Amino acid sequence: MQRSNTYVIIFSLVLSIILGGLLSLASAGLKPAQMKAEEFAHKRQILRAVLDTDMLDDIVSVYDNQISSFVVDAQGQIIETDEKGNKIIAEDIDIGKEFKKDPGERFYPIYTYRTQENPDDIEAYIFAAYGNGLWNNIWGFIALETDMNTISGVVFDHVGETAGLGARITEKELQARYKGKKMFDANGNLESVNMLKGENNRPESLDEHHVNGISGATLTANGVNKMIIEYINYYQPFIAKYKKENAGVASL
Amino acid sequence: MAETLEKEITKKKTEPLLSKRRKKVVLDPLNDDNPITIQVLGICSALAVTTQLKPTLVMALSVTFVMIFSSLFTSLLRNLIPGRVRIIVQLAIIASFVILVNEVLHAYAFDIYKQLSVFVGLIITNCIVMGRLEAFAMGNKPYDSVLDAFGSAMGYSWIIIAVAFFREVLGSGKIFGFALFDAIGWSSFPTNGLMVTPVGAFIILGLIIWVQRTKTGYVEQH
Repeated sequence: MQRSNTYVIIFSLVLSIILGGLLSLASAGLKPAQMKAEEFAHKRQILRAVLDTDMLDDIVSVYDNQISSFVVDAQGQIIETDEKGNKIIAEDIDIGKEFKKDPGERFYPIYTYRTQENPDDIEAYIFAAYGNGLWNNIWGFIALETDMNTISGVVFDHVGETAGLGARITEKELQARYKGKKMFDANGNLESVNMLKGENNRPESLDEHHVNGISGATLTANGVNKMIIEYINYYQPFIAKYKKENAGVASL
Repeated sequence: MAETLEKEITKKKTEPLLSKRRKKVVLDPLNDDNPITIQVLGICSALAVTTQLKPTLVMALSVTFVMIFSSLFTSLLRNLIPGRVRIIVQLAIIASFVILVNEVLHAYAFDIYKQLSVFVGLIITNCIVMGRLEAFAMGNKPYDSVLDAFGSAMGYSWIIIAVAFFREVLGSGKIFGFALFDAIGWSSFPTNGLMVTPVGAFIILGLIIWVQRTKTGYVEQH
């Protein structure tokens, strides 16, 4: 049946308005739940760099009690307010947005972790990282022990890496490979920790600065490698300052 | 002419909820007319999301939801949809349900939402969904269309779940993330890296098609 042009146009308009309206309603209605899911995921992710969050009952309260945070600039100075005088909160920093800025102008959040047993001393410093995977952005948190060299844990995540391939950077088993590896070489130069190509590398090639990669996702692994070295490099001014201040303590 | 038409209508009215014809509508796509293995549609997602069972299951549920509801709505609107713009109308309906699924996953299954990433969105382009709307829902009553969509969705689902099962077991040695071979004390089980790549899905899919066609005797027409 041939319909008139007017009918076609009106039908299309009405359908668009109805579907658009329904989707806006659904989006607005689901927004609070989505925000909550994201905040929860964000806090859990930061915690994952230092803890096995599957063992925790109340992730948000553990986070609130054991993680504190601050923000540094590219010179390693702690900053509390932005140029407009607004308070900067590390958790609210969108690392993805910062990533688009010039590295010198970014805010770099740092999270400190204290164990439940010893709430006085900082156990690990958690640094944020952001970069490009194969298809889309990847990010992560790298926890360094107080020697600012030994990795106590890492966590990675991504927007759109291939499920089962690049998306495996989110797997616990893969992230555990980084534990105990070293960021700097004996002379204090940034060496970073790199994923090799493929999964079954010979044990001797897996030294302090190398871990097994991901079969079928070498490009994602390259992105992770680049991200880690870049961001630890951005944090270097802070790390250097920290090392200088704590040099006396460390040698004890 | 008018008489036969009326007869058909009364005959359809008394048709049982699951008549032989309707059973055929549901069951055909499971095997004899399977959307993936016979019609070879929806291959993209069958390769992409089937490395692990959990995301595959969510994907199967999402596709089933989208297919059933877009078939229902297309069928309800079938006499109003102008023929000249029917494809874009179908697309709009499918896209709406896909976005809805995506938003719900975002709110209540954030982890899986991120794991499936673009592939939920890509349900829009899954040829099975649109194929059924165009071939069936546009010309049939809502209930029949829902049955047809359900059948095709199940035909799609069981194949991707079967593929995911073999890929996760052989590729990662796990079932739903549970370390199967560690549990039975065979921790040295050699996982096959090929299985986690799309190539593995092709191989499994090929084997399933082989077994299936040997049993049904289906031969491609040349």
